[in-house]
Amino acid sequence: MIKVEDVHKNLGGEEILKGITTEFERGKTNLIIGQSGSGKTVFLKCLIGLFKPEQGKIYYEDKAIQDMDDEQQRKLREEIGMLFQGGALFDSMNIEENVMFPLRMFTKQNKTDMLARVNEVLKRVNLEHVNKKFPAEISGGMQKRVSIARAIVNKPKYLFCDEPNSGLDPKTATLIDTLIQEITHEYNITTIVVTHDMNSVMEIGEKVVLLKHGKLVWQGTNQEIFKTDNEDVTNFVYSSDLFKKIREVQLKEG
Amino acid sequence: MKYLQDIGSYFLMLKKVFGSFTKTSVLKHLIFKEINDLIIGSLGIVAFISFFVGGVVAIQTALNMDNPLIPKSLIGFATRQSVILEFAPTFISIIMAGKVGSFITSSIGSMRVTEQIDALEVMGINSLNYLVFPKIVALMFYPFVIVIAMFLGILGGWVAGVYGGFSSSTAFISGLQDSFIPYQLFYAFFKTFVFAFILATVPSWQGFYMKGGALEVGKASTNSFVWTSVLIIAANYIITQLLLS
Repeated sequence: MIKVEDVHKNLGGEEILKGITTEFERGKTNLIIGQSGSGKTVFLKCLIGLFKPEQGKIYYEDKAIQDMDDEQQRKLREEIGMLFQGGALFDSMNIEENVMFPLRMFTKQNKTDMLARVNEVLKRVNLEHVNKKFPAEISGGMQKRVSIARAIVNKPKYLFCDEPNSGLDPKTATLIDTLIQEITHEYNITTIVVTHDMNSVMEIGEKVVLLKHGKLVWQGTNQEIFKTDNEDVTNFVYSSDLFKKIREVQLKEG
Repeated sequence: MKYLQDIGSYFLMLKKVFGSFTKTSVLKHLIFKEINDLIIGSLGIVAFISFFVGGVVAIQTALNMDNPLIPKSLIGFATRQSVILEFAPTFISIIMAGKVGSFITSSIGSMRVTEQIDALEVMGINSLNYLVFPKIVALMFYPFVIVIAMFLGILGGWVAGVYGGFSSSTAFISGLQDSFIPYQLFYAFFKTFVFAFILATVPSWQGFYMKGGALEVGKASTNSFVWTSVLIIAANYIITQLLLS
């Protein structure tokens, strides 16, 4: 579980996060949603320790990241898997080396064991026979799946995903969403996904947190999001024509 | 004010490069890769330039010797002095600032743009140690490149001098051996090490702290060449003043 208490963050003299308090449960897919510029990515970077909040605390289980020394933070980061918006695969390494990277860095396994684990996770993300290819030689969707494989190869406790669907076609986006949710349940990890994709909210949003201008304005499940009368939620959710029509049908049907 | 900030940021980067080391087995692999990319990969261009510039130095010296009383051995002497003292360490380093410096900046800059550096940081890896330290170690082999440049520069001078009909082989070799001061080799290699450190760290700083996208990677590479060259020239002056005057 990750607990966030009154987190404030300034960038370039401007207050980006204005006192966020929430909890992200283990074994659930937690979504952070909001419009561009609402502070989602800054919040994510605070959660993973790339940004230090000016005020407030972020607890991993019962230990605040701000109270950890460098060694404890380093250990914590070994338990974190991260899926970046663009995949962030290492260009100079092939797929196998990319996925093996966390194992080489943090474990003392021999190459045979590492290779077996790499093949296992690549199979889990439905990618086989691409071990020797380089990131530039595979599609965007495949790169995202490799990135997921790299994120989970060292059996992390926490999985962070920054806009995992950006730049993907709807079918591949659904596939990635489903994969993230399945992995979350299978490995019983705390997953946090930053997105502005309403399809993701509908499909995998077991807990949804809505940010607006750096403030948390609503939180609940993907079922609750369509029932709430919160103005910020309705403005965000029904900003597209498709969802407006769904809303009209829902209201007609009572 | 910005320059002061940049200087401060450069020295802070150096402190981080030597802190929290990457796993030895991984580091060893990275160092060999950097030696291949930065040192072995530069040998061709260095050999080509050294041979022909050495030849040009010999021809220029010969063509400017109007006085028949000046011995022909001066061609060998001038070639040796020019190549060992300035051409090999300094001129080659400026070329390396273009070749190796741009490569380092663009490769690290691309990693920054595509969040690969963030990925390293999230994993708890000291990205500066992982990326920059192997380059510094690899470029400590840079003096070997300069030895080759010195040898080929002088060989080029000998070929141009002898086969161009400007000097006999005996006179050229006699000039090479004339008034040789071993301390000058120490001076040349001392500054080579300083230039190697500049070549590894300044382009790395430019790439690591760049902001923006692909266009900015290009700009950072250009800045990297300019600043690396400026620092090499400035360091050359200071070292020459301190060690030779």
